[in-house]
Amino acid sequence: MTTRRLAPEAVQPSSFAFNAENAEWAKRQIAKFPEGRQASAIIPLLWRAQAQEGWLTRTAIEGVADMLDMPHIRALEVATFYFMFQLAPTGENAHIQVCGTTTCMICGAEDLTALCEKLIGPAHTVSADGKLSWEEVECLGACANAPMAQIDSWVKGGFHSDYYEDLTVATFETLIEGFRKGDYPKPGSQTGRFASEPIGGATSLLDDHAEAANASVAIAISEGAT
Amino acid sequence: MSDLRKLVIDGEEHELDPNLTVLQACEVAGKEIPRFCYHERLSIAGNCRMCLIEAVGAPKPMASCAMQVKDLRGGPEGQPPAIKTNSPLVKQAREGVMEFLLINHPLDCPICDQGGECDLQDQAMAYGADFSRFNEAKRSMDEINLGPLIKTHMTRCIQCTRCVRFATEIAGVPEMGCTGRGEDAEIVSYLDSALTSEMQGNVIDLCPVGALTSRPYAFNARPWELCKTETIDVMDALGSNIRIDAKGTEVMRVMPLNHDGVNEEWISDKARFACDGLARQRLDQPYVRKDGKLTAASWDEAFAAVREKVSGIAPEKIAALAGDLVSTEAMFALKALMTQIGSANVDCRQDRAKLPAGNRSAWLFNSTIEGIEDADAILLIGTNPRKESPVLNARIRKAWLTGVEVGMIGEAVDLTYDTHHVGMGGESLSAIKDSVFYKDVLSKAERPLVILGAAATARDDGEAVLGASMALAESLGGQFSMLHTAAARVGGLEVNCLPGEDGRDTDGILVGAASGAVEVVYLLGADEIDMETLGQAFVIYQGHHGDAGAHRADVILPAAAYTEQSGIFVNTEGRPQMAYRAAFPLGEAKEDWAIIRALSERLGEPLPFDSIDQLRAKMFEQFPHLQTINAITPAEWRAAPTGTVDEAPFVCPIDDFYMTNPIARASETMAECSRLAREKTSALAAE
Repeated sequence: MTTRRLAPEAVQPSSFAFNAENAEWAKRQIAKFPEGRQASAIIPLLWRAQAQEGWLTRTAIEGVADMLDMPHIRALEVATFYFMFQLAPTGENAHIQVCGTTTCMICGAEDLTALCEKLIGPAHTVSADGKLSWEEVECLGACANAPMAQIDSWVKGGFHSDYYEDLTVATFETLIEGFRKGDYPKPGSQTGRFASEPIGGATSLLDDHAEAANASVAIAISEGAT
Repeated sequence: MSDLRKLVIDGEEHELDPNLTVLQACEVAGKEIPRFCYHERLSIAGNCRMCLIEAVGAPKPMASCAMQVKDLRGGPEGQPPAIKTNSPLVKQAREGVMEFLLINHPLDCPICDQGGECDLQDQAMAYGADFSRFNEAKRSMDEINLGPLIKTHMTRCIQCTRCVRFATEIAGVPEMGCTGRGEDAEIVSYLDSALTSEMQGNVIDLCPVGALTSRPYAFNARPWELCKTETIDVMDALGSNIRIDAKGTEVMRVMPLNHDGVNEEWISDKARFACDGLARQRLDQPYVRKDGKLTAASWDEAFAAVREKVSGIAPEKIAALAGDLVSTEAMFALKALMTQIGSANVDCRQDRAKLPAGNRSAWLFNSTIEGIEDADAILLIGTNPRKESPVLNARIRKAWLTGVEVGMIGEAVDLTYDTHHVGMGGESLSAIKDSVFYKDVLSKAERPLVILGAAATARDDGEAVLGASMALAESLGGQFSMLHTAAARVGGLEVNCLPGEDGRDTDGILVGAASGAVEVVYLLGADEIDMETLGQAFVIYQGHHGDAGAHRADVILPAAAYTEQSGIFVNTEGRPQMAYRAAFPLGEAKEDWAIIRALSERLGEPLPFDSIDQLRAKMFEQFPHLQTINAITPAEWRAAPTGTVDEAPFVCPIDDFYMTNPIARASETMAECSRLAREKTSALAAE
């Protein structure tokens, strides 16, 4: 773990505002909570701000805090507590989170992080071309499909946060280079598994393993993943 | 209290309020529970785990601060619940907690300012191991910047979050927080800037370790070297109970004492940190102006100069003004001296407040300070309690937190809580009954409280403002309270240090001095008047600091400061409290009453007391309610006359919170705070 601080003032943008669509969405989130309890909407709003900006800027944290009528420091406490909130700039196209916990490590996650270091650079920094960034994270709960990475991407005109599973160095390199070019590679298992069925193929529940039944992949495809 | 629960604590059965926490119950039962994060005036955090106790039947020890008596379960056969506070399990659990706390705590007690008064140090004596099993590198922390008052050593921090809770709940400035998590959790201030509270120094006392210590006091003394005197603060009219720690003649620091009726256990930064002003700009010997220049003189020469001037002129050409930091005895003596020499020109209201003599209900905080919490609606008129008395403001905030609505007539300032701004000035007071706040809140309240700032009566229409405010409180069936800014004011009014028959008040004295009708002005610590207005008058200044009065003076009589003499101070609610001497006066300076007594002798009009005890006996004879130290004698309600209130807006008398009296103006610490506050204001204005 590392100490989490706001990024230096030099890289902080001067202002933040939700775009019209997100502002509308934020209003709906806030409305879910009783009057006087708006602060409960802090996590969804910060997450949305990060999706919009790529990372959590100081002004975004303050802006969200102001929307929820809570002191800035309270929002900062939340933002620094959760590691999925990125407090420093991330790659323009994608931020790659490689799982490095036991199962993934045994299945080769260390090769993946080495690849990231080679293709992108040191963890928590943006690549030279500004397109990519990466970090190693704790268990993402997809152990049956180890090794895997969660990739937040801003390609094809939208924000996506997907699991890419059953990775090898070769498939991972293809993914990384795809994101660098601005493609949106199809998420899910990269070896053709439907979900977490045995590697040799499913032995039960044999019906309907079409991609359309895997909701997250289906959504990704509808958003232009190829 | 009919619903008491039985609880067996260490084998003894007690009947306790079910709403107490187990920790409080143990305190009632006389069992001491160690704690770091728990503090009776803050919310419960339950994160230090030092207060673990064993509940019989429970599988694990539990944090007693976060467990209520009513939540404990009894035995299987209907026995009352039982807890143990000193069983082997409890001791082992607390030793475990202590070992974890000490893992990252540096072993720098010999160079730590908290050493000798450190909760962690004390409790480590009881629960600490004599060795460490931790061989890895200790965590280090980046320092945070909390400004010129608070020195930080965050490596020592044990994340009890008392400071965070104080800033958020009591001070009302949510600028501190605990960011990160796990091993990397750290206490920070937002964007690493100093707090904007006027009572931030209290986090130094709250910090159970040496993470937050006093910056001005850093490395100056050890607690066991200090001579501790329990006395009264004079920086505002609250009369906060304080402890002055002195080393030799020097006051090293000021700490708050607990007084539930006055300051709870907080004091303002001015009360705490202005003490370095006591060592600077001091008047330590008499001066006499010769050929336009102040030259050092002996007491004899100074008194001779006064006598020479005074003996030749008519008594009605002599006037006296008492200042803001003067004890009640000194003002009693001053009034007696002036009466003796035949002058009625004496006033203790140097701010020109139009406070009626004798009508105590018109100038006391009648509801009492503790009574603020009983009010269900509060209207502030012409007062900014955040600047005039930060600790009292925290009390209003405490009431506000329970749902009390606060209205305000005057400048729309941030008081650390939400207020309904009714209007700026007199016209809003006159038309209060048309305001939304009156209709929706005040008129519906059962126990409304009207707080009037003393400065609002210092205007030309002061009497009308006072009358209108009192009439408003009376018509609402509520309480009327006046918030003063000067520690001496109520004492002066109590001993009637006011113009006698046909005597001149402050205005009259200043006008007279300018026109020549008053030839001698005796300033007893009065520095807050415009010295230019004194014209050609011969000015005698008795005081302790080389401030405005001393610069203008023709004769300076050096006096002791509040830390150097005993005296009674009556706070804004009319509570007489005794201040004690914590250090000796500097150089040739003498106690205030003694100077006046000695001068009376030289003027051939000796006052009838030879000791402070005799003076007090005389004073108590005339004003018996001053005798009941620490007890408030309620005022008899007498409405003040009403009149036409001017439309002019109410103006806060305190422009700069850190610079309100000669001691604070001489303090380097206060100067630094003042500079930072000004920078912050101008930065905000620039935005």
